Amino acid sequence: MSDSLALLLVPALPLAAFLLIFLVGRVYFPKFSGILGTVIMLAAAVISMATAYKYFFVTGKVDGVYQHLIAFKFTWLPFSETVSIDMGAIMDPISMVMICVVTFISLMVHIYSLGYMKGEDRFALYYSYLGLFTFSMLGLVLSTNIFQIYIFWELVGVSSFLLIGYYFDKPSAVAASKKAFIVTRFADAGFLIGILVLSYYTGTLDFETMIARLTVPGSELTAITTAGFLGVSALTWGLMLVFMGGAGKSAMFPLHIWLPDAMEGPTPVSALIHAATMVVAGVYLVARLFPVFAISCPVGLDIVAYVGVFSSMFAAVIACTQTDIKRVLAYSTMSQIGYMMFALGVAGYGGENGLGFTASFFHLFTHAMFKALLFLGAGAVIHYVHSNDMRDMGGLRKHMPVTHIAFLIACLAIAGVPGFAGFFSKEEILTAAHNSNPIIYWCAIATAALTAFYMFRLYFNIFWNKEYHAHHSDSHHGDDHHHGEAPWSMKAPLIILALLSIATGYIPFGSFVSSDGLALHSEFHLTSAILPVSLAIGAIIVAMLFYRKKNAVPDEIAGAIKGVYTGALHKFYIDELYLFVTKKLIFGIGGTIAAWFDKNVVDGVVNFSATVGENFSDTLKKMQNGKVQSYAMYFFTGVLGFVLLFVFLWDKF
Amino acid sequence: MSDIGLGHFLIVSTMLFFIGVYGFMTRRNMITMLMSVELILNACNINFIAFNKFLFPNQLDGVFFTLFVIAIAAAEAAVAIAIIINLYRNRKSIDAEDADMMRL
Repeated sequence: MSDSLALLLVPALPLAAFLLIFLVGRVYFPKFSGILGTVIMLAAAVISMATAYKYFFVTGKVDGVYQHLIAFKFTWLPFSETVSIDMGAIMDPISMVMICVVTFISLMVHIYSLGYMKGEDRFALYYSYLGLFTFSMLGLVLSTNIFQIYIFWELVGVSSFLLIGYYFDKPSAVAASKKAFIVTRFADAGFLIGILVLSYYTGTLDFETMIARLTVPGSELTAITTAGFLGVSALTWGLMLVFMGGAGKSAMFPLHIWLPDAMEGPTPVSALIHAATMVVAGVYLVARLFPVFAISCPVGLDIVAYVGVFSSMFAAVIACTQTDIKRVLAYSTMSQIGYMMFALGVAGYGGENGLGFTASFFHLFTHAMFKALLFLGAGAVIHYVHSNDMRDMGGLRKHMPVTHIAFLIACLAIAGVPGFAGFFSKEEILTAAHNSNPIIYWCAIATAALTAFYMFRLYFNIFWNKEYHAHHSDSHHGDDHHHGEAPWSMKAPLIILALLSIATGYIPFGSFVSSDGLALHSEFHLTSAILPVSLAIGAIIVAMLFYRKKNAVPDEIAGAIKGVYTGALHKFYIDELYLFVTKKLIFGIGGTIAAWFDKNVVDGVVNFSATVGENFSDTLKKMQNGKVQSYAMYFFTGVLGFVLLFVFLWDKF
Repeated sequence: MSDIGLGHFLIVSTMLFFIGVYGFMTRRNMITMLMSVELILNACNINFIAFNKFLFPNQLDGVFFTLFVIAIAAAEAAVAIAIIINLYRNRKSIDAEDADMMRL
């Protein structure tokens, strides 16, 4: 199979699944839709992995450098000879890694959902949305054109909106989906302006041409760096606005508020969209434009790094206090994406300096595995307990052994315990940070310790702590705990992902993905690993002391640092701040002024012109009274007027 | 005060014209209005003849126009009287105040 056909099929298959299930399947074969979607997804996953394999090991490398190949491209909207919106598929290391991650995690989620979503109303609709999302995400990562990426960017936003609001009879889900859509949409407005700024100066929308013009000195680069606004060059503005879009999608600090609420969606959706794939789109976007950031705009890269590291620490602190297990995982996702962001931020272009770039994608890859596993495991727990709150759980290790082991592996992986995938990728990120910026390095070390602590707080609270007894027998389902741990369709993805959460760490990622396409052999320094690993293990032990058996220590500690604890519990009041700004300032003060202006000035103009027109027409109407003599009078007056005109004024002109 | 000149004719025709206009505006009876129109037309005729006689004595244009105006006045009178008769059949009145159907 040729690459172009394969890369056409990879996004087309999920799209076909979406259309088939949405238009036909929902009505005629709702029960069968899940299997159908899963089979199509399996085909897409196999094709994408085969294509990636071929790229990495057969065709992609020329003289030891991975090439940027265009599998296919057709011009869709030509604006002029040089500026057009194209639809195409790009083949380079990062897009190949991404299609594997997206199709694989999507396949796992499809399989898992067969068990998890069984018996739901709108089961087929759920699968059609999954197809739509997978299609959009694949289109996004394969984009050859910055406008194509924007189109698919919005499409993933829509499918995320649809899936968060899947339980649309629950008001909180409706509010969460609206919040996610509005916040990311706000960020995307910045993205669009960024696209316009960059394309205005470079005269192209095509990624490769744009990157070439912005990295190689030439008239375009001179124009964009000399033009400026508020003392900042147009290039920096453009890249920062594009990064704003990425930060919105990836839940970076000021725009992160939608992600925890997005957990209102079904848990497998959280695993797919809000942990493994869509939220890393921002990282992918920065990586796509990475040469521009690294070569022409180091300031922008610094901002990316600081936003990343701040988000990562901020989220880790909040995650330590939350009790909703999905929210803990959401903040942990935000924290890990922050890791990827600052890894990009500390990287340079080419050679050893590009370690951060490789590390970022390595972490993206391993994180997709263990975070999807964490969410799917949490989904299994929620399926069993029928609650999201960790205070309702405890002692589940005997009840659900498979989930327990899988969850433990994922926790060890994310905590960075040696031997598990997260250890290798995190180690690489820390090395990259250590080589470039001490502030970021120490923040990252602290975050790593916090990560280990809150993940094991979660783990011990779910599976150890108190004994579990089914105190929900009177709740939603009468047959609550007669079902076992989980059906095989749910256990199988857990087992596969658990194995991958260990195995993916051993991939020599540097030889595949690097900032300049050359293989990068990162040496592993034992000495640099000692500090983070001992901190992580220390944090795990602390978590074990606190939460393995129910005791009063955590509450005492919380009481001792009451201020910080309350702040973190309320997510540092960021939501309240947003509410204050939007409700009180924008809608309150701004709204009052706008309402006055609308009522008096806008309506006033309309009413005034209406009154004038009405009066004028009344006068005119009275003249037309149908009486022949008054008409004769007008006629005669007119004639007299002309006579006077001709007699007295004619020769004046 | 010697001969009767162009000025005299024009004064007569102007008087006749304005008498006609006055009658047309003030009279409510349509037959009288029609008669007023005839006065206006005849004022024109006098003008034509007078200008022809005093300014272009060796041409006949003015006289011809007068003949045309008389012919058209006759046709107009016929049409107008037909309208008035139909109006009378509908409204039982030939008062111009009652004939305000043009507004509708």
